[in-house]
Amino acid sequence: MRIHQGTFSFLPDLTDEQIEKQIRYIIQNGWAVSVEYTDDPNPYNTYWNMWGLPMFDLEDPAAAMYEFRKCREAFPNHYIKINGYDPSPMWQAQRVSFIAHRPTQEEPGFRLKRMLWSDGRVQKYGLEPYVTDKPSGERY
Amino acid sequence: MALGYAGKDTGKYAKAGVREYREMGYWQPDYVPKDTDTLALFRITPQPGVEPEEAAAAVAGESSTATWTVVWTDRLTTLERYQAKAYKVEPVPGNPEQVFAYIAYDLALFEEGSIANMTSSIIGNVFGFKAVKALRLEDLRVPVAYLKTFKGAPHGIPVERDMLNKYGRPILGATVKPKLGLSGRNYGRVVYEALAGGLDFTKDDENINSQAFMRWRDRFLYAQEAVMRAEQVSGERKGHYMNVTAADMEEVLRRAEFAKEIGSIIIMADLTMGYTALQTLSNWCRNNGMILHLHRASHATFTRQKNHGINFRVLAKWMRMLGVDHIHAGTVVGKLEGDPNLTRGYYAILREQYNHYDPVRGIYFDQDWGYLPAVMPVASGGIHAGQMHLLLDLFGDDVVLQFGGGTIGHPMGIAAGATANRVAVEAMVMARNEGRDILAEGPEILRQAAKHSPALAAALEVWKDITFDFTSTDTPDFVPTPTL
Repeated sequence: MRIHQGTFSFLPDLTDEQIEKQIRYIIQNGWAVSVEYTDDPNPYNTYWNMWGLPMFDLEDPAAAMYEFRKCREAFPNHYIKINGYDPSPMWQAQRVSFIAHRPTQEEPGFRLKRMLWSDGRVQKYGLEPYVTDKPSGERY
Repeated sequence: MALGYAGKDTGKYAKAGVREYREMGYWQPDYVPKDTDTLALFRITPQPGVEPEEAAAAVAGESSTATWTVVWTDRLTTLERYQAKAYKVEPVPGNPEQVFAYIAYDLALFEEGSIANMTSSIIGNVFGFKAVKALRLEDLRVPVAYLKTFKGAPHGIPVERDMLNKYGRPILGATVKPKLGLSGRNYGRVVYEALAGGLDFTKDDENINSQAFMRWRDRFLYAQEAVMRAEQVSGERKGHYMNVTAADMEEVLRRAEFAKEIGSIIIMADLTMGYTALQTLSNWCRNNGMILHLHRASHATFTRQKNHGINFRVLAKWMRMLGVDHIHAGTVVGKLEGDPNLTRGYYAILREQYNHYDPVRGIYFDQDWGYLPAVMPVASGGIHAGQMHLLLDLFGDDVVLQFGGGTIGHPMGIAAGATANRVAVEAMVMARNEGRDILAEGPEILRQAAKHSPALAAALEVWKDITFDFTSTDTPDFVPTPTL
């Protein structure tokens, strides 16, 4: 299956040229660029690993592209996303987030766990990626 | 003792003990509004023979301290403080029968944090007042001093995005159709298909509450099953607005509690519940981490006609204060009423931290929102994937675009309809971010995206000629001056 997190996940995977254009958009808005990676694609996994610190005050996408490529070399079998962060008042949140790299192996998807509740009339749900049955680093 | 205007007998004014409102302190052309005053702009159509200043003073009087006659008990209080003051009247461009009247209300007049009280004053009695033929509340400047007595949206746009883990594009939704008549199990099927296909949210319609053919509990359970299954097959977060509108508040809260218990992240309510009920529900949502979606059911009965009622922008301000996370605010290009400039004004009121005076957009006052969270506007009704460039250009990223017919009516099925919308929005956002002119190139961008998406190709083909091109009933009074 295909993980549909992040903007552009319904489009074909982005080329490096397309990724660079999106980073340029983040920079032009005055936002910080960050690169994050994970091999736990649970949609409730908020804190992916940070590839270094967010890059503030960039003037050119080249530095961010360099870091993204380094991350991809180090973790070719992880998900990598690129975020644009806006520190302005009443935002203090991401304004852009998209997956820029996916593991080469097919994503096996998720187990939907069901627990019966309220004498069996109600279900409580939990979502678990099949890959997280294995330790991190050995998943894809 | 007043004779009335031009010596004519004008009803109330000819009787003993009755004075003109403007003589009683309700017309004060020299008054300088205080920063803590609430300012209101009314569109008044006075009865024949009633002068604009007197009509304005009468509206000020009837929406604050006055009654139809002089009462000696006025002298037991500092009436000047509590009187609303009409301080300016202006002609309405192109409409000699009407005037714009500006009225200031002292901070003391409204109970802290109560939309019910504020509306009982400002729009309570005065709209039936005989001295005016018609009356419309056009805009309101709410002072920060009063805004700070409200908590506003339970979450607001950035926090909702964090909850959904979705950034930098419009959120996509669909209302389940047919509105009425599906069983709970079939209803959940529509929810599943739409979410699994690529939408972020699905929605109960306003008149789906708990009818005999589908009780609320069954609907909630099947919808939540559909939400979780869709999360499983897509790997992203999803939600279904569960409509908790019911006959009494105990039942509303019972349904809300159940939605929380089964794991929903969002509920919805209809405006027909009333301001007090909504504010209670807003507090409940804040306490329970639940996003609150408001369907503005019934609003057009009093917001649509230009000469009488209240403008939607005022309702939008009240709802931002009262505290909802989503509110329907118009589509411009869809099937429901909405002038482009005025609609942009509504979106600004819901989303921005400071609104600057801009009469072209119907914003008549500077408004500092005092850190009240931004509300996510919802565009719903008669929109489809082929309009994506127009929608993104009009509304930007922070909006929920709801494609009901534009998802469920897709010839290849509901999931394909959802995919078409998602591919269209992502392709358009990508093009915009790359610096392309999406208004000019929009149709071409969609055609290119359709090359790798048969679902989008089919949507573009089936809805290519659908537009809703009617003249708006509620139109701007000020038109933009073309720049050369």
